[in-house]
Amino acid sequence: MTRPGTEGAPLRVAIVGAGPTGFYATDQLFRQPGLVVDVDLYDRVPTPYGLVRAGVAPDHQKIKSVTAAFDKVAANPRFRFFGGVELGRHLSVDDLKAHYHMVLYTTGAQTDRRMGIPGEDLARSHAATEFVAWYNGHPDYRHLTFDLSQERAAVIGVGNVAADVARILSRTPEELATTDIADYALEALRASRIREVYVLGRRGPAQAAFTNPEVRELGELPGADVSAVPEEVELDELTRQALEKTPDRATQKKVELLKEYARRTPTGKPKRLVMRFLVSPVELRDDGRGGVGGMRLVKNRLYATATGTLQPKATGEHENLAVGLVFRSVGYRGVPLADVPFNDDWGVILNEKGRVLDAQTKQPLVGQYTAGWIKRGPTGVIGTNKPDAAETVAGMIEDLGRDIHLRPADESPAAIERLVKEHQPQFLSYQDWLRLDEIEVARGKETGRPRVKFTTVKDMLAALGRA
Amino acid sequence: MTIASLLAKKGPKVVTVQPEQTIRQALALLAEHNIGALVAVDPGGRPIGILSERDIVRTAVREESSVFAKTVSALMTKDVIVGVPQDDLESVGRTMTDKRIRHLPVVDQGRLVGIISIGDVVKAQRDLYRGEVENLQIELTEEHGRPTPR
Repeated sequence: MTRPGTEGAPLRVAIVGAGPTGFYATDQLFRQPGLVVDVDLYDRVPTPYGLVRAGVAPDHQKIKSVTAAFDKVAANPRFRFFGGVELGRHLSVDDLKAHYHMVLYTTGAQTDRRMGIPGEDLARSHAATEFVAWYNGHPDYRHLTFDLSQERAAVIGVGNVAADVARILSRTPEELATTDIADYALEALRASRIREVYVLGRRGPAQAAFTNPEVRELGELPGADVSAVPEEVELDELTRQALEKTPDRATQKKVELLKEYARRTPTGKPKRLVMRFLVSPVELRDDGRGGVGGMRLVKNRLYATATGTLQPKATGEHENLAVGLVFRSVGYRGVPLADVPFNDDWGVILNEKGRVLDAQTKQPLVGQYTAGWIKRGPTGVIGTNKPDAAETVAGMIEDLGRDIHLRPADESPAAIERLVKEHQPQFLSYQDWLRLDEIEVARGKETGRPRVKFTTVKDMLAALGRA
Repeated sequence: MTIASLLAKKGPKVVTVQPEQTIRQALALLAEHNIGALVAVDPGGRPIGILSERDIVRTAVREESSVFAKTVSALMTKDVIVGVPQDDLESVGRTMTDKRIRHLPVVDQGRLVGIISIGDVVKAQRDLYRGEVENLQIELTEEHGRPTPR
């Protein structure tokens, strides 16, 4: 038998998860010299782009333009998209193994890490990622409700997701109305009574994960005065020493920005955004009716671990923060896929440089790979997934060279399409998506918005004349 | 970014050695797994030392004939610095460079969960920077309407 990868016998690859990593991997497979490869890209939601559509904040349209590059990849005649097809529901791992030479999982990190503090599950305590998916119109999250009649909200965490949530809560309805935020979210935020938003970091300003552009944006909000607590943005001795030893301009700039916020006096804007550092929530308090009535914080100080990392340690000094709404943004976590070995320690698919490993033998499973957040955990920016996908694709090509790949029973593109149609007759092709995209953009033009999103599968199908 | 994200894609294998094993056995392990250092663990699995190729090379030059029969514990570095999964990659990289450490065992609640090399740290940092550059290119392209150079 000839090795797959030729015009007569193309290498057939299934990629599960149509986020940035799925597209980056597709692109890199198509760029392999001398290799003829077919890529079928699957996603459990009908639309492509993953977190670029459902995660990136609606007021950050620039980075969303990465989708133009993804569309170019999708224009390759050897590419197919199957939207609305879920692994474990419409197709099994065995189905994929019976139709492809290689399977690549790029499903991302679909859930939140838990904080493990009392009161975490009270009403009005939410995972920040659910709020993000909601305001971005993700079909699985549109039904959620957030009590925006509260006047004070806290966002736990100081990463870029926390910054997004704080910003969206602090924007004026007029600002949001120029974005592609979901219509129902725009209406809910229009009626929002939130006046104060607290952003809480357990370490100091120098250790905060959010990047300088994000910090700067928080200081330029037309409808919210930003502030910080002077003693919390003052550098501690350990941080000062570390920065002296290895000066880092970006970190110094971040600290300067936050110090400047601490010096600002309110200018009478309708909302207040308060940046807090060196505090950890230890408990969310019940208001007596099962909802968040407040938060107990402990103040921290930093200590250095053996490797010089500065970590928080509780001082024993406590403080109460009166908030009625809480968004927990302390990190994402991957979700196991049915019949794919999982590494519980790190919340990723069990793998070595992208090769999925057998749970017992810890040896690579033939023809199964992973890339992106479900491979390395939720770190980095969108672009970080490009080198990450490249590492996995290099492994795939190396294995192909050694003739290591699955031996599918029926590798014809028609066979798997028949199976998909049987289990999910309403799947969306890339052509369908491009049509939807056009309609969304046209709907936005009327109101001066980048697009007006379809947020239910029913509406998407109706727009395509398939309801 | 933390050590955890490095360990996530390194697989669960950590090659360890007992302190009473011989250098001959240790060399076989280094060669078999194509690695540069071994973590020596006590019967409870806790790291008590680290043995690198250099430790062996140094002794071999001095005591050519007897090196193979020596024990791991005689040659290993006992004053070993260990990391935890939550350690920041940046401080880890700085500490490893400053103290000239090439391999860092990682321990989670007393359990050895992995070992990372300075090469792993450098590669992860390079990928982070590449990712940031990629993002900036996307945003600049949008602003100026030019296609991304490839």
